[in-house]
Amino acid sequence: MAAKPKLWYFRGRGRMESIRWLLAAAGVEFEEEFLETREQYEKLQKDGRLLFGQVPLVEIDGMELTQTRAILSYLATKYNLHGKDPKETGFSWIESSCCFVRIDMYAEDTLDLMMMVVVAAFKPPEEKEESLASVVKKAKTQHFPVFEKILKDHGEDFLVGNKFSWADIQLLEAILMVEELDASVLSDFPLLKEFKTRTNNIPTIKKFLQPGSQRKLPPDNHYVKVVRNVLQF
Amino acid sequence: MAGKPKLHYFNGRGRMECIRWLLAAAGVEFEEKFIEQPEDLDKLKNDGSLMFQQVPMVEIDGMKLVQTRAILNYVATKYNLYGKDMKERALIDMYSEGVADLGDMIMLLPLCPPDQKDAKIAQIKEKTTNCYLPAFEKVLKSHGQDYLVGNKLSKADIHLVELLYYVEELDPSLLANFPLLKGLKTRVSNLPAVKKFLQPGSQRKPPMDEKKLEEAKRIFRIK
Repeated sequence: MAAKPKLWYFRGRGRMESIRWLLAAAGVEFEEEFLETREQYEKLQKDGRLLFGQVPLVEIDGMELTQTRAILSYLATKYNLHGKDPKETGFSWIESSCCFVRIDMYAEDTLDLMMMVVVAAFKPPEEKEESLASVVKKAKTQHFPVFEKILKDHGEDFLVGNKFSWADIQLLEAILMVEELDASVLSDFPLLKEFKTRTNNIPTIKKFLQPGSQRKLPPDNHYVKVVRNVLQF
Repeated sequence: MAGKPKLHYFNGRGRMECIRWLLAAAGVEFEEKFIEQPEDLDKLKNDGSLMFQQVPMVEIDGMKLVQTRAILNYVATKYNLYGKDMKERALIDMYSEGVADLGDMIMLLPLCPPDQKDAKIAQIKEKTTNCYLPAFEKVLKSHGQDYLVGNKLSKADIHLVELLYYVEELDPSLLANFPLLKGLKTRVSNLPAVKKFLQPGSQRKPPMDEKKLEEAKRIFRIK
């Protein structure tokens, strides 16, 4: 029986949260090791486990994967959340590749949006306020209208190929993250509201949204302090 | 017959250059439509060509693709530069992301305020010689093969070699202690399609100079 994936990161969202979401949505149990001290981090580096000296690190299928996007893409493919496989379905290459490239485009966009929130946590208070306000504005004007239109144009339940994918999971994560900053952010987006309700109720996601799951809380001062201490910046 | 891919960007490296390298290395001819004025960018936005209001945008196979990584992954898959299976792809992705992290630091250097520039350059050089180049040298040493993954040319090799040229532009001595990387650079540069791309007169773009920087700031409305 395959070992569970093991995640190495801080006890907080940061760059690991999208990976936790993907695993949870796929119904995959995973273990976590939390970085709390500089010594733990230096040991990981000394043991040669961090290719570029950075976390996230995910141990899976005999590999030690770093780089958030590399990890996300591998997991999405492994758990059939990356579109239709041409070999399986006999789809033409163009049809199936159009699915995976759309998923990539949408996932890249929501990841960009969420990374702004991740980075904002480490800014001085005034800059942080400004950054987070900018995230809300961008979500309302640049990102969410696009996804509302995608859902409107095809009238389907999910973003790509009428099939639940990595793009949907990340969009939900982004919606919830921005709602934490401004609860009214979906007021002009009725289809995104329905999308949110629908995906919230997918059993694996519903479970992940319960208290006591491995979902992490928004960054607070303690989290920022630990990260600064471990990474020494 | 399918039309050639068409690249929409300004006439400079920026975030499109790695896409130009990949297409060129794959031996794929491509067209370019240069954004020369802010109004050109506005027009693309207004006619719905830019899904998230951003370039790069590449018209290919009836699609208007945006997001650099999505475009690169599509091109790499189409032209068999993405490994033979999921695990190889994971390694290729990991290496490509590392290249992109250092590459972004170098790419954004012209936008650094003058009083911070020396410190930034020092930081980039330090990361290059202590973190990134040793990591890639170690990968090549570990298997002794000609390419980073699966003994076959992949997007990871092309991105890395492109980066090595930028490192060399910054400071040629940075490559001194990395014989295997030097070997990779020579090997990939001698592939016919890459050799052609490295000739003067190709679609490869020169480093950013003051004039080009002003042009980019004007087009993208950066202060």
